Amino acid sequence: MYQLAHVDKKFPGVHALKSVDFQIGRGEIVGLVGENGAGKSTLMKVIYGAYQPDGGQILIDGKTVRFANPRAAMEQGIGMVFQEQSLIANLTVMENIFLGYEQQFVRFGVINWKAMAAAASAQLAKVKLEIDPATITSALSFAQRQLVELAKVLTLEERVQGDLVILLDEPTSVLAEDEVKLLFKLVRELTARASFIFVSHRMDEVMELSDRIYVMKDGAVVDVVARGEKTVEQIQHKMVGRNVDKEYYREQRQIPYDAGRELLRMEGVSLPGRISDISLTLHAGEVLCLVGTEGSGREAILRTIYGMRTPLTGTVTIKGQEITRFTPRNAVERGVGYVPRERKIEGIVAGMNVYENMTLSQMGRHSRAGVLRIGGERALARDWISRLSIKASSELADCGNLSGGNQQKVVLAKWRSGGSDIMLLDHPTRGLDIGAKEDVYDMIRDMSEAGVGIVLVADTLEEAIGLSHSIIVVKDGAIQKRFDCQPGAKPSLYDLLHYMI
Amino acid sequence: MTGRFSREAVIRWAPLLVLIALVILFTAINPQFFSLRNFARITISSAPALMVAVGVTFIILMGSIDLSMEGVISLTAVLFCMAFVRFGGNLAAGGWLAMPLILALGAGIGFVNGLIHVRLRIPSFMASLAMGFVGTGAAVLLTGGDIVKVDDDVFRGLLTYRVLGFPLMVYVAVVFLGLGWFLQTRTTLGRNFYAVGGGEDLAHASGLNVRRVRIAGFTLAGVFYAVAAILQVAKLGQAESVTGANFMFISITSVVVGGVALWGGVGGVWNALVGVLIVNTINNGMVVIGLPDYVQDGMLGLLVIVAVVLSTDRRAAIVVK
Repeated sequence: MYQLAHVDKKFPGVHALKSVDFQIGRGEIVGLVGENGAGKSTLMKVIYGAYQPDGGQILIDGKTVRFANPRAAMEQGIGMVFQEQSLIANLTVMENIFLGYEQQFVRFGVINWKAMAAAASAQLAKVKLEIDPATITSALSFAQRQLVELAKVLTLEERVQGDLVILLDEPTSVLAEDEVKLLFKLVRELTARASFIFVSHRMDEVMELSDRIYVMKDGAVVDVVARGEKTVEQIQHKMVGRNVDKEYYREQRQIPYDAGRELLRMEGVSLPGRISDISLTLHAGEVLCLVGTEGSGREAILRTIYGMRTPLTGTVTIKGQEITRFTPRNAVERGVGYVPRERKIEGIVAGMNVYENMTLSQMGRHSRAGVLRIGGERALARDWISRLSIKASSELADCGNLSGGNQQKVVLAKWRSGGSDIMLLDHPTRGLDIGAKEDVYDMIRDMSEAGVGIVLVADTLEEAIGLSHSIIVVKDGAIQKRFDCQPGAKPSLYDLLHYMI
Repeated sequence: MTGRFSREAVIRWAPLLVLIALVILFTAINPQFFSLRNFARITISSAPALMVAVGVTFIILMGSIDLSMEGVISLTAVLFCMAFVRFGGNLAAGGWLAMPLILALGAGIGFVNGLIHVRLRIPSFMASLAMGFVGTGAAVLLTGGDIVKVDDDVFRGLLTYRVLGFPLMVYVAVVFLGLGWFLQTRTTLGRNFYAVGGGEDLAHASGLNVRRVRIAGFTLAGVFYAVAAILQVAKLGQAESVTGANFMFISITSVVVGGVALWGGVGGVWNALVGVLIVNTINNGMVVIGLPDYVQDGMLGLLVIVAVVLSTDRRAAIVVK
C-alpha cells in the first residue's frame, strides 16, 4: 500500500539513507529499530514529508507521489505523532485537533465552537479519551496529550480518501507501564482504521507490538524480521554488526589512568525524576563513558557535576572538596569544563570571534581590574589555533562562520587553555565528519595523557567502547553496571545493549 | 563573499552611508545646511541624546531593553539643579559637588532598576518602564511642577564656551563616548554584555554570573543617563519634571537606526553615535529646509522607518516581535 523504493538521502558529509526499501500494508504495524544515527529519524522525515529523497521513489498504491512538505503528506494520509509533542499548550484540545483546519467550522467568518466541540469529541472517542474538548491542553497529563495527538492525526480519516499511515515516534518513552498497555491495546484496535509505523528504543515493546520489524544500521535496512522470527538478541546483533576499528578510536594510545589521583566523586546523588542514587569516581587521565538511551539520565549527571542542577540528596566531591553551592561558576573555578551537546546554543557565541570565545570562561585571568589584556588573549588564541590546527583565517574570525569540527575545537581549547582538568563532553562528535571526529578522538587521548579526567557521553556505542577506560551503563536514571575497558578486554556492544534496554 | 562589497561589509557601513546620504540630501535642498554653525547646532542637540543612547546600547546589547530614561533624566536633572543651588549656586563655590553626586544617583537608580528586573524576574521592558514613571513622579513631587534654574556662567560655559566652533558640552559627550567605547571593547564587563546578548545560556554555561552582568549593565546605563541630564541642564539652564521627555523615542530609535540589533549581541557605541546623528540630522534638516512644524513629527517617524529599513540587517531575525 505505502512503499519506499531505493530511497536515498544525502547531507553534506553524510549518506543518511542508502537505497532504503520499505513497505507497509493495510492495517499492519511495522516496527523500526536501530542505534542512534542509524537513519531512523531521517527515514521517518522522508515518510512524513519533512525531507524529500534525493533518489528513489515513494509509492502509494503503486503510484509515485512526491511530498513538498508534511502537509502534502497529510493530504495523502500520512500522519505523524511526534515524540516531542507538537500540541500548543495554551490552546484548547479542540483547537489543537483542528489547528489549520478550522475553516470547516467557520460560518460568516465566525467559528462555530459547538460544531467544533462535537467534531472534536468524535475524534477523542476514537482514542477512548473522555475529556471536555474545551480543556486547555496544558491541563492534560502527558499520556492524555499523546492520545490527543493521536486523535489529531486520526482526523485525516475524514479528510483523506484512501488509507492512513501513522508514525509513532518513541510514543512510550515517558509513559508508565499501564499507560503503555492501554496505548498498545488502542493501536491494535485502530489497525482497522490505519497502519502504524512504530519507532522505539525499547526492543521488547517493538517485538510485542509489531507485525514486522525493519532493522536499520548506517543508513540502510539490514534486516526485515517477521513477528516471532528472531529473538531480541539476534536483532540487537543486526543493529550493531560491524567490527570496531581499533585504529579509528586511537586505542593504541590508551594508557592506564592514575588510580591514585581521584578528581571527582559522586555519592548517592539523586535528582527526582531524572537520576537516582548515582555513585561514581573519576581519576586523573581516566575516560569515563556514560552509556544509556536518550533520556536515561546521562545528561542530568553531567549537568549536576557542572553545577547546573542541585541534587536533592547525595554529595559531589571535586578534588577532595565537597560542593555545597551548585553553580557553573563554582564548578569552573574548580577546573571543570563542559562541552555541551548543543554547540550552537551552549558551546560558542556566534558573532564573537575566536579569541573572545576562547577566553570567555576565564576572562579574570586575562584582565586586571576589569580591563582586558587583549594582546595576551590573542596570543593565546593563536597558540591554540596552531596546536589544534583549527581552520580559521585568524583569531579574529567569527566563530559562527567556522565549520562544526572547528567550532568544537574552539570549545575544547576554551576549557583546555583555561587549565580545566575535569572535562565533561556531551556528544563531542555529533554532526562532525569523519576527519573532524578523528581530531576530537586525538584530543581526548591528548587530554588523557596530560592527566585530565574526562566524563564522556559518546555519540555511538562503538565510540564509547573505543575511547573509554571505564563505562557506566545508565538506565532510567540509575546505574546498571560498570565495565572496565582495558585495551584487548573491552566489553562488546552486545554486553552494553543488554543492560541498556 | 564578494570581496570588498560583501553583504556583511555593506550592512556594517549602511548606517554611515544613510547619514551621508541625508547630509547630501538636505544640502542639496538648502546649501546653508552644510555649515559649521549648523553642524554645531546638530551636535548640541545630539550630545545629551548620545549619552542616553550609549547607556541604552549596553542594555540592548544584552538583549534587554531599558525604558526608564525619561524618568531618570527628569529626576536627576531636577536633583542636580537643586543640589547645585544648595552647594552655592556656582561651580567654583562647590556646585561641582553636585556632579559626582548625581552620577552616583544615576548609578543607584540603574542598580535598583536592574535589581528589580533580575531579582523579581520582571521583564526588563516592564521593570524599566515602571521605574521611569517612578522617576517622573518623584521629579514632580520634588518640584511641585515648578522650574528649577541654574544661573552660573561657568557651568553654562558648557554651552557658551566654544572651541573650534563647537561648545564644550560636545567635547564632554565625546569623552564619555570614548569611555563607553573603552568599556565596550577593553573590559570584561563589555565582553560580558556581548556574551549575554549573543548566547545567554552559553554565558551561563561558561561560568559567567549573568545576573550580576545584567545589574551592572543597568547601573552603567543609569550613570550615562545622569551625564545626559547634566548636559541637558547645561543646554537649557533649568530643569523640570518634563526635562526627560522625548529621550526614549530619540535614544531607542537612534540605537536601532544605528544598527544595534534589538535581540542582542550585535553593534556598539559607534552605532549609537551614527544613529543619534542620523535622527538629529533629520530633525535639524527638516527645520533648515523649512518644513512646517505640524508635519515634522510625522515626517520624522516616516524617515526613521526608512532609515531602519536601509540600515539594519533584518534577515537574521526569523521572528520579529
